[in-house]
Amino acid sequence: MSVSDPALDQPQSLPSATPASAVSGAGGGRRLPWADWLVSLIVPAVLALGWELAVAKGWGNGRLLPPPSRILSTLWGLWQSGDLTTHVLSTLGRVGLGFLFGVLAGTVLGALTGYLTWARRLLDPTLQALRSIPSIAWVPLFILWFGIFETSKIILIAVGVFFPIYLALSGAILSVDRKLVEVGRIFRLSGPELVWRILLPATLPSYVLALRAGLGLGWMFVVAAEFMGASEGLGFLLTDGQMTGQPATILASIVAFAVLGKLTDGLLAAVSRPLLRWQDSFKPEG
Amino acid sequence: MLRIDGLSKRYPNGHLALDRIGLEVAPGEIVGVVGGSGCGKSTLLRLVAGLEVPTAGEIVLNGQPVRGPRDEIGFVFQEPRLMPWLRIRDNVAFGIRHLPKAERKVRTEEALTRVGLIDFADAWPRELSGGMAQRAALARALVSRPSVLLLDEPFSALDVLTRYDLQDHLLDLWAYDRPTMILVTHDIEEALVLSDRVLVMQPRPGRILTVASPPLPRPRDRADPLFEDWKHRLLSDLSRAFRHRVSGDEAFPAAAI
Repeated sequence: MSVSDPALDQPQSLPSATPASAVSGAGGGRRLPWADWLVSLIVPAVLALGWELAVAKGWGNGRLLPPPSRILSTLWGLWQSGDLTTHVLSTLGRVGLGFLFGVLAGTVLGALTGYLTWARRLLDPTLQALRSIPSIAWVPLFILWFGIFETSKIILIAVGVFFPIYLALSGAILSVDRKLVEVGRIFRLSGPELVWRILLPATLPSYVLALRAGLGLGWMFVVAAEFMGASEGLGFLLTDGQMTGQPATILASIVAFAVLGKLTDGLLAAVSRPLLRWQDSFKPEG
Repeated sequence: MLRIDGLSKRYPNGHLALDRIGLEVAPGEIVGVVGGSGCGKSTLLRLVAGLEVPTAGEIVLNGQPVRGPRDEIGFVFQEPRLMPWLRIRDNVAFGIRHLPKAERKVRTEEALTRVGLIDFADAWPRELSGGMAQRAALARALVSRPSVLLLDEPFSALDVLTRYDLQDHLLDLWAYDRPTMILVTHDIEEALVLSDRVLVMQPRPGRILTVASPPLPRPRDRADPLFEDWKHRLLSDLSRAFRHRVSGDEAFPAAAI
């Protein structure tokens, strides 16, 4: 009887294996998300643990580059005192407002210059000339014009966000496939219909990419803006850490920037993903 | 009734693409236009569609001169030109947005069934083969029930078997509403399989060389000796049309490609 046991086991284990393979087959060979996550964490984890160990063993000096444990405890301290929330909210508010205005201006002007030839002739050369000015160069003027408080900061961020969006949108409209526009003409689409039904969806992939690039620049410019004088915000925390000689505070602020940047970018990507499902894009194997 | 009268087209670069074309097409007639590249056959079709403005002459459809794209004129391009962001169902319904929703749904599903794509109604264009995508483009053109259907080398990018299949299929589709069809092609066999009348065009400047109404029984059999005879006849016309061509000079306007 004991001989037949493995033979009985096998047919029993087979049906349970089939649904599992069917599920992974339906996923189109996609791996589990947490597996990707774990892989992406290997390098930072090894580096962090390595440095932690080096400082603990006395091989490295933790004064200028504090080990991860000290950065985390600084973050924790800032969180408990409520300072972290204040700084994060204030920086988020600046990036949010600057991004909003930059996106609005970039979208309106990009759409105009992309769609209307006369608007492009009129505006594009000036905007291209302004683009060649490093945005930080505006800081002294903005401070003179708008003071050292919120207005000048938000305008600086908006200027930084504006250009990638303007450039990408006007370029994307100009490169919409003439053949698809012709289909619109055959079906007698009006101007607004052409925009809504052909130009908008056709430019959406580049537009979303530009939004993400613009947001990245927004995060970059908020630091510059907060360097020019602020009493709160993550950029202020950076200068504060420098003034008081606390590298752990600087690194805590940097970590906060990284987390916030990644989160907001991921949010944008996630919101736009369902709109771009139609794309026939390159998907790397393995 | 479609009437073309003294139609000429000169492009801004001075190239005379069409020189005084005259043609009358009866309702429901299928006219094939053959010719090599640069003979103005695509330009002719684009003028009839209202996509371009003639330099001289006029096109009159059902008593109304054509001054731009019209609802009763459908167009099938050489490429499917489906909107990649719309599912096949919505691509087919692209031209009938003005109809009530229920009507739109009925017509779209009817058109998809006729071209054999009802099972792919919710697919994305990228998921279709070339032949299927061109079927979807045919459905999109037919769903608004045009009285004139213009086809610009619609099957030239497909492999031979798919092409034969779609040529036969086009006649089945034509049989529903019997629109007037003008089919531009460089494939004499395709013109002979489909057309009541075949025009052979001559380049430089673009004009009609010969008009033939092959008395071949339908459905046309590509292996029929009579069919072969006609093919050779039109082929000799076509080579006559190109005899005086300056070699290496293929100045055709970009818009005709």
